[in-house]
Amino acid sequence: MSKLLEVKDLVIKFALRTGEVTATNGVSFTLNKGERLGLVGESGAGKSVTGFSIINLISKPGYIASGEVDFLGENLAKVSDERMRSIRGNRISMIFQDPMMTLNPVLTIGTQMTETLHQHNPNMSKEEARNIALDKLCKVYIPSPEKRLAQYPHEFSGGMRQRIIIAIALLTGPELIIADEPTTALDVTIQAEIMELLMELCETEDMGLLLITHDLAVVGQVTQNIAVMYAGSVVEKGLTAQVIANPQHPYSQGLIAALPQSSKHGERLNQIPGMMPTLKDIPPGCAFNPRCSHVMDICKTETPCLRLGENGNLVACHLYPESE
Amino acid sequence: MIAFMIRRITQALIVIIIISIIGFAIKQSVGDPLRELLGISVSAEEREEFREKLGLNDPWYVQYGRFLSDATHGDLGTSMFYKRPATEVILEKAPATLELVLVSSILIIVLSVPLGVFSAIRPNSLLSRFLMGSSIVGVSIPVFLTAIMLVYIFSIKLGWLPSYGRGDVVMIGGWGTGLLTLDGWKHILMPSVALSSIMLPLFIRLIRSEMMEVLESEYIKYAWAKGLTHKRVWFIHAFKNTLLPVITVGGVQLGVTIAFTILTETVFQWQGLGFMFMEAVERSDAPLLVAYLMFVGIVMVGVNTIVDMIYGLINPTIRISGGK
Repeated sequence: MSKLLEVKDLVIKFALRTGEVTATNGVSFTLNKGERLGLVGESGAGKSVTGFSIINLISKPGYIASGEVDFLGENLAKVSDERMRSIRGNRISMIFQDPMMTLNPVLTIGTQMTETLHQHNPNMSKEEARNIALDKLCKVYIPSPEKRLAQYPHEFSGGMRQRIIIAIALLTGPELIIADEPTTALDVTIQAEIMELLMELCETEDMGLLLITHDLAVVGQVTQNIAVMYAGSVVEKGLTAQVIANPQHPYSQGLIAALPQSSKHGERLNQIPGMMPTLKDIPPGCAFNPRCSHVMDICKTETPCLRLGENGNLVACHLYPESE
Repeated sequence: MIAFMIRRITQALIVIIIISIIGFAIKQSVGDPLRELLGISVSAEEREEFREKLGLNDPWYVQYGRFLSDATHGDLGTSMFYKRPATEVILEKAPATLELVLVSSILIIVLSVPLGVFSAIRPNSLLSRFLMGSSIVGVSIPVFLTAIMLVYIFSIKLGWLPSYGRGDVVMIGGWGTGLLTLDGWKHILMPSVALSSIMLPLFIRLIRSEMMEVLESEYIKYAWAKGLTHKRVWFIHAFKNTLLPVITVGGVQLGVTIAFTILTETVFQWQGLGFMFMEAVERSDAPLLVAYLMFVGIVMVGVNTIVDMIYGLINPTIRISGGK
C-alpha cells in the first residue's frame, strides 16, 4: 500500500498576546491510500487543529512551527497559498462538525455545490457541473435531487445537511476526506446513518478518511487504524481493533474503561480522575502523569518517546521498555 | 412572497393610520381654526353658528373620519402663511429635499460599502485604522458644524462652491430638479456631503463589524476549505450575509436622514421640506406642520416597506415564513 498522507513531527503554535502556546507537540501519523484513520482524544487534545493544519486552515494566531505534512509526496506545510487553494476542496475535502452552521444560509445548495466544481475546473460547463452535483446527491441518498438543488440550507434537516456536505466533499473525487467530528452535532439515530454512509462511500470511491472524533465507538466501527492524542501529542497508535481490545497507554486504558458499555449495570461509570491540562500548563515529563495510576518518578521528568507495546501498538509510556 | 408583501403592506397601512391620528391630534390642539377664518370682529353667536356649520362640535371620531377622508383626497388643510393648500406647498418643496437625500444616500452607499468591506478584510492596515479613528470624529461632529465648516472652507476661503440655494432648477412635469445642470450639482455638493457626514461613518463601522463577524463564521471557514478564491469568499459568501443587517438598519437610517435635512437645509438655505418646516414652526403654521408630519411619515413607512421587501428577496428564510 502506498502512502497518502504522512504527518511528521508536526508542531503547531498559537502566538497569543501573553506568549506562545504549543497546541500540538510533534504529532506523527501515516495514512495509506484508501485507508481510514481515527484521531481520538478528549476536547482540547489538539485533534481538530491537527486536522485543519493539513489543509493549512488553522485559525488566525495559530501556525505550523515545524514538521511536515506530506501529501502524495508534496509537503503541504511549505506549498504556496495558490497551490494549497487548488488542493483544498479538490484533492482533500473537509467535513465540518456542525452541519447547521457549515452551509451558507443565503446561497442555494446548487450554487454551493457547483461553485466548488467550477473553482477547480474552470472550463466545466454549467450543465456538466449540475449533472455531477445531481449524481453526488444521489450517492448520499437525497431524494428528488433536482428539486433540492434550488433550495436553501434552512429547508433541510441536520442529517440531510450533513449528507449534502458529504456530497460536496465527493464532488471532485478527492483522495482524502478529513471529517472533524462529523456526527457530534447530530442525534444518535442519524449519527449511525451518517457514519455508515461515509464508510460506504470511502470504500466505493477509494478515498482515505481522517476521522477526528472523541467517540471511540464510532472509531471502532469505521477505522482500521487509530491514533490517540493527549495534550497535543500522540500517546498511542496502531490497529484500531488492537488498541480497543488491548490498550497499552494508561490514558487509552482509561478512555476505553470510561465507555458506558464496559461498566456493569447499576455501578458508577468509570472515569479518568482529573482534567486534561490546558495548553499553558502542561506538566513536565509525561503530560498524563498527574492523572496516571501507574505514575513513576521518571514520568515527572522525562517525556516518553514512542515505543513498541505488547501487541504491536506504538505507545508513548515509560511502562514499556524503549525499543532500539 | 406575495403573502409576505400583503402582510407587510397591511402593517404599513396601520402605521400610517397611527401617524394620521397623531397628525389629527396636533391639528385639534394647536390653534383655533375659527379665529384664523373669521378674525376677531365676529360675535359669539355667529361663531357658534360657524362652529356648527364646519362640524367642529361633532364628536372627535366624526371629525377624525372627515380629516382622514380629506387626507386620502390629498387635502391636508390650508397653509396659513402661503394661503394655499398645504399639500401643494409640500409637493412643491419635496423635490429639493428628496434630491438632497438621494444624492447623499448614493454618496453613503458608494463610499461605505467598499470602505467598510476593506476595513473588515484588512483590519490591521493603515487605511482601516485611519478610517476607524476618523469615523469616530465624523460621528461626533454635529451636522450643522460640518455644514458651517464646509461653507467656511469652500465658499468663503476658496470660493469654489456656492454657499446657499439650489442654483439652476429645471422643471420636469411638476418636479423641479437641480440634477440636470452643472450649477445645480455645484449647489447640491456641500449640502449632501454635510447630510451624509453622520451616516457615512456609521455605515462604514456597521458594515465593517457585520462583515468581520460573518468572516469568523463556520460557513466562511468551510468556504475556504472548499478551495474558493478570496474574491468569491469575500464578495459572494461573506458580503451577501453582511448585507442583511445593513439593509435593515439602512432603511431606518434613511428616514433619520430625512429628519437631518432640517439642519442641513437651514444652514444652506436649501428650499426644501426641512427649511419649510423650520419656517412653519416659527410662524406656527399648524396645517403645514401636520402636512409635513404626514408626508414624512408616509415616505418613511414607504421606504421601510420597500427595504423590507428587498430584505425578503435576499434572505431566503423570510420568503418561506411569509409564504406559509
